[in-house]
Amino acid sequence: MRLIRTIGNWFDERLQLGSPIRETMQHPIPRQTASWAYVFGSAALTVFAFQLVTGILLALIYVPSAGEAWNSLQILNHEVTLGWFIRALHGWGSNFMLAIVLIHMVQVFLFGAYKFPRELTWILGIFLLLMTLGMAFTGQVLRFDQDAYWGLGIGASISSRVPIVGPALVKLLLGGPIIAGATLSRFFALHVFVIPGFLIGFVGLHVLLVLRLGINEWPMPGRLVRRSDYMEKYHELTHAEGVPFFPNGIWKDAIFSGVILLAIAACALYFGPFGPSGQPDPRIIQTAPRPDFFFLWLYALLSLLPPALETPVLLIGPVIALVGLLALPFVSGEGEKSWQRRPIAVVTILLSAVTLGTFTNLADHTPWSPVMDASTAAAIPGKFVTGRTPLEVQGALVFQSKQCHNCHSLGDIGGKRGPALDAVAVRLTGDQLVRQVLQGGGNMPAYGKNLNPAQTTALVAFLETLHPSAQTPARDASLAGIQP
Amino acid sequence: MSDVSRRQAVLKIATLFNGAVGLLLAIPIVRYILSPVSRGQKPGYENWVSLGSVEEFPSGQTRLATYRNPIANASDGETADIPCWVRNVDGSRFQVFAINCAHLGCPVRWFPQSELFMCPCHGGVYYADGARASGPPERGLFEYAFRISDEKLLIQAGEMPTPGFSAANKTFIQIERRRPCA
Repeated sequence: MRLIRTIGNWFDERLQLGSPIRETMQHPIPRQTASWAYVFGSAALTVFAFQLVTGILLALIYVPSAGEAWNSLQILNHEVTLGWFIRALHGWGSNFMLAIVLIHMVQVFLFGAYKFPRELTWILGIFLLLMTLGMAFTGQVLRFDQDAYWGLGIGASISSRVPIVGPALVKLLLGGPIIAGATLSRFFALHVFVIPGFLIGFVGLHVLLVLRLGINEWPMPGRLVRRSDYMEKYHELTHAEGVPFFPNGIWKDAIFSGVILLAIAACALYFGPFGPSGQPDPRIIQTAPRPDFFFLWLYALLSLLPPALETPVLLIGPVIALVGLLALPFVSGEGEKSWQRRPIAVVTILLSAVTLGTFTNLADHTPWSPVMDASTAAAIPGKFVTGRTPLEVQGALVFQSKQCHNCHSLGDIGGKRGPALDAVAVRLTGDQLVRQVLQGGGNMPAYGKNLNPAQTTALVAFLETLHPSAQTPARDASLAGIQP
Repeated sequence: MSDVSRRQAVLKIATLFNGAVGLLLAIPIVRYILSPVSRGQKPGYENWVSLGSVEEFPSGQTRLATYRNPIANASDGETADIPCWVRNVDGSRFQVFAINCAHLGCPVRWFPQSELFMCPCHGGVYYADGARASGPPERGLFEYAFRISDEKLLIQAGEMPTPGFSAANKTFIQIERRRPCA
């Protein structure tokens, strides 16, 4: 022990870091802040460090070349001892980091921690969120598979819609005219050097501000923030009745960070690494690219927006969101901190969560996409064809062979792009069915050129049988008096 | 002149000097960063590439073809092998469509039975002639300029078509036909 102390003293005499570190660790915090609600920031920092380590480990094997990247991932997954595990740790670490950063942000928002004097801490936090999202997107590209390839195409298509500079932006993004070697190289540089560099710098400033200004006190309903006397009151809270961060607060941070790392390891062990999916060969077009979990909501949004609204929403929406987030501490920099007296804040969080959750859930089902193999792989349930006339069965064949099943479901089997046809005969008369099939409309292609009269007759005969036995099919009201 | 003011003057000169050096270095750095954009203006960027013999594309059919991008490096691997759809309209007229959906660039698939192109991503659908049929795309499929030389089908290619790009560029033919009955 004495030897260790002697060596320690030798270093400290030269470095002189001992007492500032001790002071920092023992800085006073409000008594109630030593709470389990305040562990997310430190957990995000821990996971970030964890990502740096696992990322460097992956870089030992990974080859950032469009021709080799996918193969090197296979080598990591199947040849290198525990390569799959390191990949899984990094992938799950990414998901956990984004989740924790979002929870941290929600907590900071609900606890009013962005108010005076911590406006800059909040603003740095917004940039940290953007960079974390940037890391998630660029990381998804480095997993250079089909999803990455076509995901880049989506990124390029969105960028191209920026007025005037769009086409130039696309080339800057891709590093050339097409998605190729240069694209992967620049995303590698972004993911490994540029964004982490900024992240480290911004995280440093973010933590420095927390230490300089002190951690946010537990919000009490009715205890209002005023620029005139906040600093004085906070000083009282921390110095008169505060507790030292070390050891009163830090042990909870340490335990939570440990639990998170363990959870990442457990997920990595149980679920394994993410992908890679198929080779990034554009000639393989039998693919339905999907973004990673945290971008699924965007995937859904892009499918559901009316076409004319898409470009404005894509280009203006993020600007409004960003300006709103950055302006928040200046618009409401004073006043009530407690979420118990800030109903709009609570509703904002709930609405955002429900919206993002709904979109994410929808993107899991992709009801807007045709089921590309339904015409060959999805059967028409027997109840729709048994006991039918030959003409009607012929119509069912037309339904199947002309890919109607790709967009329309029968008995919940098939595409959801168009309406389910289980009871279509209740809604449309035979004449209306003919018109709809031949002419299309309402987001349905016109089949007029593609169906001959015999096929149309058979198809409509089949469609007219699609109604519950207890319900009569639709009939032309204008003929009601003539026909029984 | 006092020591202090002289030192301040020298410091100003040093700052200006460093600023000038920085600016001088910034010019090549910015040009380097912008090279993917500026390279496009040089000849040879877009080129006529062969999709193979005309006989490979029977009359009345739409078939998948692939070509190697005219600008490609060894490190590009398979990513420089680009697919496209070739439609032989009636034996003499052709249409060559980009694989990329005009919505957000996903690969569209051809269904010969219903004569539709369908996109697996967000549900865009196009007719056989590339015109928009339904879904989120705001326009029809991108179409390459083509010519036939020595019984080979050539297309002018080199750049991935995106909604913004092809609106500003003449390489891709704009097809904006609407549904006949709309």
